[in-house]
Order: sequence, then structure tokens, then C-alpha cells
Amino acid sequence: MAGRAVLRERLASLRRDGATGLIPFLTAGDPSMAFTERAIRALDRPGVVAIELGVPFSDPLADGPTIQRSSERALAAGVTLPATLDLVRRLSGTISTPIVLMSYYNPMLRHGLDRFAKRARRSGVAAVIATDLPVEEGAPYRKAMDRVGVGTVFLAAPTSSRERVSRIAEASDPFLYYVSMTGTTGSGSDLPKDVVDRLEMIRRLIATPLAVGFGVTRPEHVKRLAPHCDAVVVGSALVAAVEREKRTVDRLGALDRLVGRLCGPLAGRGA
Amino acid sequence: MKTGPDKAGYFGAYGGRFVPETVMPALLELEEAYGAAKKEKAFRRSVDRYLKEYCGRPTPLYFAERLTAAFGGPRVYLKREDLNHTGAHKINNCIGQALLAKRMGKNRIIAETGAGQHGVATATAAALFGMKCVIYMGVEDTRRQSLNVFRMKMLGAEVVPVDSGSKTLKDAINEAMRDWVTHVKTTHYLLGSVLGPHPYPVMVRDFQAVIGREARRQIVRAEGRLPDLLVACVGGGSNSIGLFHPFLGDDAVRMVGVEAGGRGKKLGDHAARFSGGSIGVLQGTLSYLLHDRHGQIAPTHSVSAGLDYPSVGPEHSHLRETGRVEYTSVGDRAALDAFHFLSRTEGIVPALESAHAVAWLRKAARSLPKGDLVILNLSGRGDKDVVTVASGASQV
Repeated sequence: MAGRAVLRERLASLRRDGATGLIPFLTAGDPSMAFTERAIRALDRPGVVAIELGVPFSDPLADGPTIQRSSERALAAGVTLPATLDLVRRLSGTISTPIVLMSYYNPMLRHGLDRFAKRARRSGVAAVIATDLPVEEGAPYRKAMDRVGVGTVFLAAPTSSRERVSRIAEASDPFLYYVSMTGTTGSGSDLPKDVVDRLEMIRRLIATPLAVGFGVTRPEHVKRLAPHCDAVVVGSALVAAVEREKRTVDRLGALDRLVGRLCGPLAGRGA
Repeated sequence: MKTGPDKAGYFGAYGGRFVPETVMPALLELEEAYGAAKKEKAFRRSVDRYLKEYCGRPTPLYFAERLTAAFGGPRVYLKREDLNHTGAHKINNCIGQALLAKRMGKNRIIAETGAGQHGVATATAAALFGMKCVIYMGVEDTRRQSLNVFRMKMLGAEVVPVDSGSKTLKDAINEAMRDWVTHVKTTHYLLGSVLGPHPYPVMVRDFQAVIGREARRQIVRAEGRLPDLLVACVGGGSNSIGLFHPFLGDDAVRMVGVEAGGRGKKLGDHAARFSGGSIGVLQGTLSYLLHDRHGQIAPTHSVSAGLDYPSVGPEHSHLRETGRVEYTSVGDRAALDAFHFLSRTEGIVPALESAHAVAWLRKAARSLPKGDLVILNLSGRGDKDVVTVASGASQV
């Protein structure tokens, strides 16, 4: 079964069970591809519904300082979009968790949308998130991805109107990614007060599976969000946990402990 | 001649809105507010009043007699944007956008700056209208242009040094975008050039088109006819589009935009997007871009901070594609020579940006017919560059 279909099925199963999954994020090649490969194998575990893999970019304008630094380290290590796809290809078939790619638009556009889509499909990428691509500009990209059966996940934000959320949901497959706060990734220590209300409003509006991210750093956040969405994305906190350690074994240990703690609040929920 | 943009913000195949969703609604709001404001007489009158009484417009169109004699061919006029309040064309756009932000009820202004000219102009407009102001500037640029950092602070602005990436203009824009994403409900991002997502390229062009409208009236008054050639430097492209736009429908008027050739043709050594770049997306717009084969944005170099940017306004990409405007580049050394040349020939110290246009004309003048009328946009004055020129002239 192709990546997109697996992810659709996993999300549907969570919904049936009234459960919520975790989507951990790492930047490809931070600090090396060898580490990322080991880390992803370690993240292939119960409770994790998908793994989000960031393609490093020279100008990450939607990211806070943690992911900016991570992106810089990966670029310094020579990581490119094709190298990231090769990594996914090595992993797919050997792990059961689908991989979702997150990239700024220019590296994909430069690669050629059709060429990128085919390569992503061959590598086993389940879906792609384009950080700086609003639905208005998404038509050629969606066409290229849909033709080969790779999902396209669009972002909705607290500033998006109901009309926009509906439109974003129509373009999003297999899930919609809701940005919890107005801000960059990893910013703020608390979630916005009205985030639960917003999620409930969105769930009444759309049937598309719903993931929430940006600013989700602690198990308490996961606990608060879990009843109101299908998946919770954690990025900066994981990147920071890995960043603090020097040795590969300690990095993997830190990652494992934090993912364990983040999965904790999800364990009692259906799954 | 209609050059757009269309409803989605495209000039031909270039432009659009490539931004995170969070700011998308703010762009739609800005587009609507700007559309309403420009139809309103009171708003236009208010902009005109500040441009006249505060900035000193109209700026003169000066017949450069000694320059004309030195070239021995075309009759050269200088559009004196350097005589604007704050010393460059940047203030034209800042007055317009600050008044618009006020009208939208946003009392906090943020902006990026490279050389510091746009930062100073933004800080000035914020002081004038009693608004809070934060300017993002690359650490590298705060060192190169420390005088402008002091000026902005004196005007009451907070200057935030940006330490990420190449620590220059593009990184300052990233940081301003991050601020905007975070404070989008209360803040207006006062973008300084015809760059970024729609509606910035068209809005900034409209505010800068006062340059060309005045120049058109002035040349007809002085010479009884339209010019044969317009010349301007192109960084993001706001001073050039400001001069060119009102003449686009006049097929007989030739137009040349001059990019920064830097110190060589290798990627990383220049900011000549049209000769060295290809189509890509950066900071909200699809246009010509300097990037590597994997789509990572390339470093750029120019002796002039105002031209040192990897992308170019989308309308310029369109005008190049249609052939309406010619684009070329001039290197650091020729620009520095032209800086000295104009200073000594006319007693006008040009900004290093504008010196690129002077350098091109200096070389091209020989092949232009005698008596041809040329307007060169002197987009800013060179005071800010004196230290760079004094310290770097021997190294280039």
C-alpha cells in the first residue's frame, strides 16, 4: 500500500477509536543523515501516527530560532532535497510509520514539481507540507502531487476565516495542519487560551483529519489538545532535546525519553 | 499600457502570494484597504500634502550641463530623488504606507532595511505619525551602516540586529516576516520595495510612480517632448519602476534597468538576477532569483547594500520578458568610479546604488545619438556611502 493510503487508514483508525496520535518532527540531516536515519527508526513506534521530516532551507521565515539553527546545521552538512528523498527511500519498507515531508516551496519548484512528485512517490513519501504555499497558489503543486498519489497537507491558522478553513480542508489530504498560534515554530511557552474552541469549531466545519502543531512542547500541551484533534505535531522541543546532547547515543536517548513522555497522555485514549 | 497585476497579484507569470497561511488574511485585508484608500480623494490628498510640504516634492529635474558636456552626446537630466527628505526616494512609499496603516487602525510599524535608507525613512514616517516602530537589520549591515542605525534610534525606532543566515537584507526580511506572523493583528509590515507578496509590488509601485509622473511633466516643460531614454538602478526595483511606470505606454521611450554586477560573474559575487538567476520563489513572490540547483538561496555581493538582494520585483521580470525594459549590470569598480565622477563633475555625491546607473550611462553615452534626451534617476544621496568609499576604494 502506498504511503498516502497507509496514512489515510491510520488516521481513520484513530478517529474510529477516538484516539489521537503523535507526529514528531525532525530536520533531515541535523546533525547528519546517519543520525536522522537512526532517529526515524527509533520513532517508528506505537503512538506515533506519522513522522514529519523537514527539508532544510536557507531562509526558513516561518520557523523560530530552534528550527532555524537545525536547518543551518543540516545545510552545513550538505543536505539537499534529493538527499532527503533518498533517505526516505532507504527507510520505506523497513519501517511501518508513514513519512510526511515538510519543505519550503522553492526547493520543490526548483526541482520541477512533476519531477519532485514522481521522485517523492518512488521514495515512499506519504504526503508533503509546503510551509509557504497558501491554497491560492497551490493548484499546480496539488495537480503534480495528486497525479502520482502523494498527499498535500495545507496549513490553517488562527487568522483563517471559516471560509478559508473549509477551502484549506478541501485541498488537504490526508489531513489538515492547524497552526495553534500566530507565530513561528516553537514560540511561546503556553498555548493560546482559545485553542480548544478553535479546534472544536474546525471539527464541526470539516471532516478531514486534523493535526495541530506550532508551540506544542510539553506533555501538558499534548494532554490538552488530544481530545480535540486526530494528531499532535511536536517539532522544536524534539530538535532542542537532540541539540542539547553531544553524543549520538545520548541524542537518541533524549529523543526516546521525550517522545515517551509526549505519548503518555495519548496512551489512555482509545488506542 | 497595462502591466497588471491581475487579481491574484501576477504580472504576466510573475508575482503572487507565497506566504504562510497566518499572514494570508492580513494580505487580503491590506489589499482591500489599499484598494479602498486609493479611490478616496481625502487619502490621496493627504499623501500628496505630506509629499509636498514634508518631503519637499516635486523633486527637481535638473539638466546636468557638465555631465552632458563630458559625455558629448545625449542631453542628460537627473531626477533629484536625493533631495527628498531623508535623502532618497524611499520616503515616498513610507508616507503612503504609514498613512494607510493608520487608516487600518494599526499603530505598530515594522520594516526591514539593508543600507538603512528604508529604515530611516520608515522611522521618520513613524515619528511623524506617532506610531511605534521596529526596524530589522542584518548584523553585517548594522556594522557597515552604523550612522543610519543611530539615525533610526534618534527618530525613536527600535533597531533589532538580525544574526541569522547571511546577516544582511534578506535575513532582515525573514525576521520582519516572523515578527509579522506573530503580531499580525496589530502590526503593519511596511515593506520597502516592489517585492514580497501581492499587494506590495503594486502598492509600492503606485506610491513611487510620483517620480515618473513628475519627470514626465518636467521634461515636457523643459524640452517640449518626451525623453528618449530612462535609466535607473534596480535592487528590489522601486526607484526604477517609479520612474518607468508612467512612461510604459510611450513606445518610443527606451528604458534601461541596471543591476549590481558586484565583483564577478560567479554565483555569490554579484546581484545580477536576470543574467545569473532563474525563476524561483523567495519571501512571498515568484520572480527571477539567485539560487543553487537545489533551490537554496545564494549569497549575493555588491558594494552597494541597497542592490545586494537575491531576488527582484516581479513586475521587472515581466517587463524584461515582454522586452519593454532592458536590464543590464555594472560592477563594483565602475560604480565606484562613477561615484567619484559625478561628485566631481556636478558637485552631487550619489548613493552607490544610483552610481550604478551613472556608470552604465557613462559607458553607453558614446553610442547614443547627439541630442537624445536622457533621464537618469538619482535615487539617493551618497552621504551614507562616504565611509565605504573611503575605506574600500583601494581594495576593489
